[in-house]
Amino acid sequence: MREFGAFVKKEFFHILRDKRTMLIVLVMPVVLIILFGFALSTEVRNVNIGILAPSPDPMVRQIADKLDASEYFTVTQWLNTPDDIHAAMKADEVQMVVAFGQNFSGGLLSPDGSQLQMVVDASDANMAQSYTSYASGIIAAYGSEMTAMGQDTGILSQVQFLYNPQMKSAYNFVPGIMGLIMMLICAMMTSISIVREKEMGTMEVLLVSPVRPIYIVVSKMVPYFVLSCINLATILLLSVFVLGVPVAGSLAALWLVSLIYIIANLSLGLLISTMAQQQVIALMFSGLLLMMPTMLLSGMVFPIESMPWPLRGISCILPARWYVAAVRKLMIQGLPMIYAWKEIVILASMAVVLIGTSLKKLNNRLE
Amino acid sequence: MLKFLLEKEFKQFFRHQFMPKLVVLFPLMIMVLMPWATTLDIKDIDTIVVNHDRTGLSDDLVETVGSSTYFNLKDITDSYDEALRAMEFGEADLIVEIPAGFENDYVETGAADLLVAINTVNTTKGVLGRAYLQMLTAEFAGREPSPAQSQTMLTPKLEVLVTNMYNPLLDYKHTMVPGLMVVVVMLLCGFMPAVNIVQEKELGTIEQINVTPVSKMSFILAKIIPFWIIGIFALVVCMLLAWCIYGLVPAGSIWCILLFNCLFILTMTGMGLIISNQSSTMQQATFVMLFFVIIFIMMCGLLTPVKSMPDWAQAIAAVNPTKYMVDAMRGIYLKGSNMTDLWQEAVALASMAVILNIWAIISYHKNS
Amino acid sequence: MEREIVIHVEELTKQFGNFTAVDHISFDVVKGEVFGFLGANGAGKTTAMRMLCGLSRPTSGTGTVAGYDITRQYEAIKKNIGYMSQKFSLYEDLKVWENIRLYAGIYGMKDTEIARKTDELLERLNFARERNTMVKSLPLGWKQKLAFSVSIFHDPAIVFLDEPTGGVDPYTRRQFWEMIYEAADRGITVFVTTHYMDEAEYCDRVSIMVDGRIDALGTPRELKERFCARSMEEVFQGLARKASRAD
Repeated sequence: MREFGAFVKKEFFHILRDKRTMLIVLVMPVVLIILFGFALSTEVRNVNIGILAPSPDPMVRQIADKLDASEYFTVTQWLNTPDDIHAAMKADEVQMVVAFGQNFSGGLLSPDGSQLQMVVDASDANMAQSYTSYASGIIAAYGSEMTAMGQDTGILSQVQFLYNPQMKSAYNFVPGIMGLIMMLICAMMTSISIVREKEMGTMEVLLVSPVRPIYIVVSKMVPYFVLSCINLATILLLSVFVLGVPVAGSLAALWLVSLIYIIANLSLGLLISTMAQQQVIALMFSGLLLMMPTMLLSGMVFPIESMPWPLRGISCILPARWYVAAVRKLMIQGLPMIYAWKEIVILASMAVVLIGTSLKKLNNRLE
Repeated sequence: MLKFLLEKEFKQFFRHQFMPKLVVLFPLMIMVLMPWATTLDIKDIDTIVVNHDRTGLSDDLVETVGSSTYFNLKDITDSYDEALRAMEFGEADLIVEIPAGFENDYVETGAADLLVAINTVNTTKGVLGRAYLQMLTAEFAGREPSPAQSQTMLTPKLEVLVTNMYNPLLDYKHTMVPGLMVVVVMLLCGFMPAVNIVQEKELGTIEQINVTPVSKMSFILAKIIPFWIIGIFALVVCMLLAWCIYGLVPAGSIWCILLFNCLFILTMTGMGLIISNQSSTMQQATFVMLFFVIIFIMMCGLLTPVKSMPDWAQAIAAVNPTKYMVDAMRGIYLKGSNMTDLWQEAVALASMAVILNIWAIISYHKNS
Repeated sequence: MEREIVIHVEELTKQFGNFTAVDHISFDVVKGEVFGFLGANGAGKTTAMRMLCGLSRPTSGTGTVAGYDITRQYEAIKKNIGYMSQKFSLYEDLKVWENIRLYAGIYGMKDTEIARKTDELLERLNFARERNTMVKSLPLGWKQKLAFSVSIFHDPAIVFLDEPTGGVDPYTRRQFWEMIYEAADRGITVFVTTHYMDEAEYCDRVSIMVDGRIDALGTPRELKERFCARSMEEVFQGLARKASRAD
């Protein structure tokens, strides 16, 4: 055990001496969480609208004003002919054009009614739908205003937003960013640092020492475990005090899940390092082949329920998917730990399997 | 001199046990799998109705919710707590509570309340859920007008038609495919150069090169050109896959795509080489590159639109080469944009490419 | 007999922070001689050599190598020298002939000339069978011989060898020194660092560095007389005992 302590100390010195890596590992989560906590959002904002109206009568102007006054849209152009639509969209000057027919106001109250066309740039299919829904909502509201003349009629929905009453998008993205950052730091750093010793030949020296190989490997994981814990604490503090995303549930439960997740990822790094012979391979593997699936399939941005079943299947083998789900429940929704039992059990078994496989591989290689 | 250096770089690349595989495997993985995952489409919101009214009108409303494509009616109960528990377990995201006396109020006064609770951890779900519900209730009220409302009142009749330009079926895969091509090229042409020179430092081979009269320019060019070809190769793989799997071919000119990619690859390679020059270990180089790459991906408009970001974040995105590239690729691929539409993006990328590559040459020190 | 001076160094100094690795050294090396640069580990040999090769900029002092100033014309120096570093630094993932071709190409040799000289070299080294061998799989002795051959392939005026025989068996070391003499016979000045004292005896002149300074300089015979020693080993032991820096 004394030797083990010495090895851990050696690893700490290694890391502490490399000031630049230390700096990045500690600063990266801070920058990313602040940047993405505030910047990532799928709300509709700053959308430029063109209005195509052959006869811009007062009612057309009123609708244009309503759209312009909303926080979502800005009317930037009045177009003259339908041909202008393509030109303006191709140059990305407008994202949507609202086209009114001839004699729009006159037809509106006639039995035939009037038509209004929304031409939307659907090259961003995800947002195009939101644009038209939001604009339809505004125009529908204008319609009922005209009918009701200030009276409340019809069916009125009293909407209550649960778990995120201020509708901050950070609530949605913080768990995902936590999952991503910790995965990258744990898996990537461990794998690279172990493979580095292999590449430099210093691993051989360590392996001939009387300490059992498992301790050597574990001693390399300890400093990264500590670093990850520091990162987790930083991320939590920042999300509570800077982003205003509170830890609604039990802090202890959140830590428990996070520690399991960190251990799972450290073991993943260890597994990668047993397979890769060069740092470049370890790095490309964790940087490219691991990062993209984690970003896209963990549910951090794109909801897993909307994915086709094969991808939902693949997402199940990503630790980040379960971690993100658990953090959403425990941190954002503030549910008791029992609600996240499934995620916790799955993460824990992943950690056990990963540790088991990599240790087995390590022993095979040595014998 | 350049000829010999290039020969060396290519031989090393093709002999590597992993890199050539990666250049084929990575585009394949991204293009085959990822586009399917990338929908923000929230069509079926899992919904539970708590019906305290149990009248003809309320049953009617429940049925309207059930038959709508927007909502996926999971359950009808008469206990709000039960519904809330279901939401906590993640079984539903929207609860519609019909209060007792709903039909009565509607018939008597012309107005009736509906209580709605939405899980807004995902804010888009919240906003859209509310919008869908409003459309639904408006339609319902139009179909079943309250007798209390004056029949004489003129109701405006307005039909809203939606035309989805460039992507009429709103296929999110078409939105993502050009963007994912950018990510493939960015990651390959960013990470590979970032570790390249630093690897020569770790192995010691750079020392032997530094003691030769090789010019800095040739050395850096010999590093850039292979990645440039690799990047274009990966792009071609991506474009072929996009055509085979998703039937997506560029609406604009292929030359325009090539031009933009040439500029973009130069930018990323230049950046990778600067990082490689400034780092002393691969771990350092990796993490510095990783830091930038994550920011580039997150803030390029691929995952969430740049327009939705706060102004200061948009200012940061303005120096992100990937943002210009995603805009350009989407424009060319889907909208048929040409150089006249995209000259700003081209200028931005070209200036970044020039600055970064000059910096890369300067930051390579042959003596310390 | 007045011989041409090819390396001239005056008060050359290199500091890293507070640490003075090379402390005001001065010496001359004349054309065609085998100059041994001796010293214990950490004495500053490699640092001094790196400054002469234009890999490292001196903190102060002046010097010329092959007639060019080491502080300003270091790129011109690089055209006229060969260098073999302490750590094997040819490309392990290139074949034997590919490494030769690469470096020859960098020095501006033509394809046909490279092909001809490569054949000659491999023939002379009895190495033709290994032409297509990946350098990675060569034994260390052969790697060192190859590295040396590559460093003089372009016929430089001076070749700098940094502990070229480290870790090599005695038989190969003998062969290696024969190669060094051959090079010197062709008029190439050889500047070699070593800590094998038997090798010091092979040099025309040696300098001994202790703690960043040159404590002794002369032919092996002169030094042995001056320090009343029977071998270079004893000369070196006597000087090294004074060293305050050990690693």
